[in-house]
Amino acid sequence: MTGMLPLTIQQAHQRLRAGDISSVALTQALLDRIVALDNDVKAYLTLAPEMALEQAAEADRRRAAGEDGLLLGVPLAIKDVICVEGLPTTCGSRILENYIPPFNAAAVDRLRAAGAVIVGKTNTDEFAMGSSTENSAFFATRNPWDLERVPGGSSGGSAAAVAAGLALGALGSDTGGSVRQPAALCGVVGLKPTYGRVSRWGLVAFASSLDQIGPLAATVADAAILLGAIAGHDRRDSTAMDLPVPEYLAALTGDVHGLRIGVPCEYFLEGIQPEVEAAVRDAVAVLAGLGAEILPVSLPHTEYALPAYYLIAPAEASANLARYDGIRYGLSLRADDPSTGSGQSLWDSYRQTRGQGFGPEVKRRIMLGTYALSAGYYDAYYLRASQVRTLIRRDFEQAWQRCDLLAAPTTPTTAFKIGEKADDPLQMYLADVFTLALSLAGLCGISLPCGFDRAGLPIGLQIMGRAFDEATVLRAAHAYEQATEWHTRRPTLN
Amino acid sequence: MTTVKLSLKQVDHVAGLAKLALTNQERKTFRLQLSAILEYAERLRRLDTGDIPLTATVLPLENVMRDDETCPSLPVEDVLANAPAVEGDCFRVPIVLPTLSEGVLDSK
Repeated sequence: MTGMLPLTIQQAHQRLRAGDISSVALTQALLDRIVALDNDVKAYLTLAPEMALEQAAEADRRRAAGEDGLLLGVPLAIKDVICVEGLPTTCGSRILENYIPPFNAAAVDRLRAAGAVIVGKTNTDEFAMGSSTENSAFFATRNPWDLERVPGGSSGGSAAAVAAGLALGALGSDTGGSVRQPAALCGVVGLKPTYGRVSRWGLVAFASSLDQIGPLAATVADAAILLGAIAGHDRRDSTAMDLPVPEYLAALTGDVHGLRIGVPCEYFLEGIQPEVEAAVRDAVAVLAGLGAEILPVSLPHTEYALPAYYLIAPAEASANLARYDGIRYGLSLRADDPSTGSGQSLWDSYRQTRGQGFGPEVKRRIMLGTYALSAGYYDAYYLRASQVRTLIRRDFEQAWQRCDLLAAPTTPTTAFKIGEKADDPLQMYLADVFTLALSLAGLCGISLPCGFDRAGLPIGLQIMGRAFDEATVLRAAHAYEQATEWHTRRPTLN
Repeated sequence: MTTVKLSLKQVDHVAGLAKLALTNQERKTFRLQLSAILEYAERLRRLDTGDIPLTATVLPLENVMRDDETCPSLPVEDVLANAPAVEGDCFRVPIVLPTLSEGVLDSK
């Protein structure tokens, strides 16, 4: 039965529509494959076989009644920072280990309305803070291309699940690169939509001016299908913009003639793995061969994205994570003996709950953000970083006057070894160096496979686009993908 | 060597603001790690940001209004289902003002 997998979403849709397979059979085959392989990959935190099979049976009934959606009956995985009603949503944290949300995230509601089947929740760095998924409080996820290496992060569980064929597609979240970076390291497609394209309702907040839910998939077309399903206005998130959502699949014409693609010189500097640079330059040449116009551009403030991001995101996180106080949900360690009447009881409950509930990286970022916002340091750190964010936005605005898209590496290196950067937070932050500027500017970008290094590890091409112009990003990515063979390679798992 | 920008006293102050109980080892480790990160952030000073406006959100947002219509909220039992301690239809919280006796509340 597991022989039918892996499948792309489009392949599954064709077979479901033709009646070759039922959603129940497909979902069961996927669950069997997960049981067989996920002990090695460790992509999933929670599997929901009973719920998934019920949803699959419902999808089969809908199809029998004449419905035919692209996602109807297709099993997907959801990053564990996105709420699915009735399933634990731990955010990879002890502090939410037993939290079961009473509602679906808006994006999940939309996938369910489209008939998608939710098979489980995928591992993540705690509260999406990390670049390797090693910061999960539960376990590290492994890269399906080399189980000794990280899958990237923070959506490492979703990326690894798609790469290993343990989900046909998945949702992740991208605050500073957390969809694109693991997609690059796992050799799959990962799209960060424009800030405001997808409702954040039910996405557990990390940095509210940056967070965005995005799809991970085996192909660009699959990512387009998922984006089309989750995008759009939502009254429950005032930042989810009331803009028309294009037919993304129809935008994949294969034609890039006349598209002006800028190549920013700042993304090819010291520290980049030579094979990564070579693969990305080859990819740009392929796009040129397809008729795109390639031009060099400069984004002069790129080097400041990392220090600005690592002040702004922790500052926002320090405020957002103040809600974990052990009162309404989550871990609660109470100094709560009424007989002592100690004036410290509430304060101590907070301190103990948070001190023991959060892991080291989350505490580090809360500390950093609290410091950057504290009296006497606000101007020097948070305010200055927010001004630099304006300069970074202006870099892109300048570039858009001359080009339609930008092409660059997603990451400076391929996947690193588990443990390699675990003790040096700053080195870990540098893994995000090519994804942060786009996040700070609130734009959209995609990572897709563009080659492999000598060790057989995938390399990611990042294509960046104007705000709300995901259609053009997807079009160029699709044209490149169809002109190359990289997306057909799958890791070997026993 | 990285300059150690933060003192342990500053670490304790920030941990207090953030309501985080830290172990002695965490205090020392965070002191060094946060100092290194802040040292890295110093490079932002190379830029002249004097009259640059700050970006707090990238969206051209104006006030977002919606129709004033009532819609159902979650049932109380669902909202309380994850609570560590419940009394009646309420979250039970630790004592906030221990010197405030019930008599004071009653007299109001």
